[in-house]
Amino acid sequence: MRRPGRWVALGVIAILVAMFVHLLVTNDRFRWSFIFLEYQDGKRGVMFTEPVLEGLRGTILLTLTSMAIGIGLGVVIAIMRLSTNRILSSVAFVYTWFFRAVPRLVLAVLFGNLNILWERVGFGLPFGTQIGKLFGLDGFDGQFYSIKASDLLAGFVAGMLALGLSEAAYMAEIVRAGIQSIDPGQSEAAVALGMSRGKVLRRIVLPQAMRVIVPPTGNEIIAMVKDTSLVAFVPVTFELWFQLTQVSARTFVVLPVIVAALIWYLILCTVLMIAQFFVERHFSKGYGSAGKAKQRLRNIQAEQGGRFSGTGESG
Amino acid sequence: MTDEMVRADNVHKSFGSLEVLKGVDLAVRPGEVCCVLGPSGSGKSTFLRCINHLEKVNAGRIFVDGQLMGYRERGGKLHELGEKDVAKQRQSIGMVFQRFNLFPHMTVLQNVMEAPCRVKGENKSEVRDRALSLLERVGLGAKVDNYPAQLSGGQQQRVAIARALAMRPKLMLFDEPTSALDPELVGEVLDTMKGLAQDGMTMIVVTHEIGFAREVGDNLIFMDGGVVVEQGPPRDVISNPQHERTRAFLSKVL
Repeated sequence: MRRPGRWVALGVIAILVAMFVHLLVTNDRFRWSFIFLEYQDGKRGVMFTEPVLEGLRGTILLTLTSMAIGIGLGVVIAIMRLSTNRILSSVAFVYTWFFRAVPRLVLAVLFGNLNILWERVGFGLPFGTQIGKLFGLDGFDGQFYSIKASDLLAGFVAGMLALGLSEAAYMAEIVRAGIQSIDPGQSEAAVALGMSRGKVLRRIVLPQAMRVIVPPTGNEIIAMVKDTSLVAFVPVTFELWFQLTQVSARTFVVLPVIVAALIWYLILCTVLMIAQFFVERHFSKGYGSAGKAKQRLRNIQAEQGGRFSGTGESG
Repeated sequence: MTDEMVRADNVHKSFGSLEVLKGVDLAVRPGEVCCVLGPSGSGKSTFLRCINHLEKVNAGRIFVDGQLMGYRERGGKLHELGEKDVAKQRQSIGMVFQRFNLFPHMTVLQNVMEAPCRVKGENKSEVRDRALSLLERVGLGAKVDNYPAQLSGGQQQRVAIARALAMRPKLMLFDEPTSALDPELVGEVLDTMKGLAQDGMTMIVVTHEIGFAREVGDNLIFMDGGVVVEQGPPRDVISNPQHERTRAFLSKVL
């Protein structure tokens, strides 16, 4: 045997894996049938019951909407932060400072209680009521459209805003790093061709920055899937973890429910990681190590008079 | 209206307290190839970048084809033009950089088509035909679908030239186009530029290639310390420099 260390490691790992599988299979306290098949008479396994699936939908929806807010707003804040306009960049700085400083859990509770501040929220003239009083109009409030605060700023919307606004601060930093990683020569060349600043950003800088932005954004999305469980404190009930703990509360079964949650989170993150792989591949066009390797092979091939003729198409 | 493609009057430029250009004058006629020589730090690249307003001048005026670059003159005062107007002026000035600055996420063909399509909004299939013939002209007809990273430095620089030409510029600026190239790749880029000069393109070339300046240049400018020290027909300046600093520089590079 040439590499005994490798075989020893393999043996140790094989034994550990066998022990783990043995545990999963033989320990009936996992109650697999409770998880997968039937958790009460005539009902499906806990993973697939209606409230839990509803919670799963909520978790997915919350992840998508809060990440949409986070990415959209994050790009805007990153661009503001990099602006030469001092006021814009300070506003962006204060935003990231605030939302990175406050824990998400605290934000979630805060947003769940913000509706105490106002009775109604809506669009209208700023200081509308005061302006109305100035002109002696008592009933005037300058609102064009308004909605009861407790209807809007509660539950799902409050949770979505808390997570989305917090995420925007982190995304802003990621996007800023991405933009700053691009060689200034790129925008210079684009500007010299007569492009406007907006076009340079959209066509030249951001597409290249995506290479740097996508991997940490994948991290953020995966973290967000898990952070959605914080909105239980808003409170939002339309969410996976909350629904599963409800099952525990009803049935007094704890461990299998946790395992069910674990499996769902694993499935969600696996799907996301696969998606990330394809997105990364898309944005690495022109940088691909595959392309460079092919080129190198072609050069070797040329030097050696075509000996590696089976490799790749010719240039 | 004018018989000068480029006219620079008393151009000054400072970075902070460092004065890089201390009153540069220049006149380039249409179809002329003007080579700018000088030691590094002499301000030649900065001057080139002032011509298409990549750098703002602190004093003086630069005209390209009779148009004041980057500013509007009103009542004896200069007002900087808005972003759109400056961009418009730049469309007719091609620029080639030392480090190529091709867009790495686009293929060679996309690099060349980008500006005519996105900036001028020209018809895509027309631009495509033009881009293909330009790439053919710079000898890269077979590489149109490659990405820049798959090309050699010399090939990349030739794509950069084609990219600038696709905007049909009246003037081409070259900022040390061969300085980042391996010695054996310099020739192919210089040949491309020579062809361009023979076709009558007005060119300002910042370079260290004395041979190119002598052979292709109509006029040679020697800059040092932010001023034009000497200028004239390349053969005269190179073989019989009048100024001590020119002589010292040429003796080192020849």
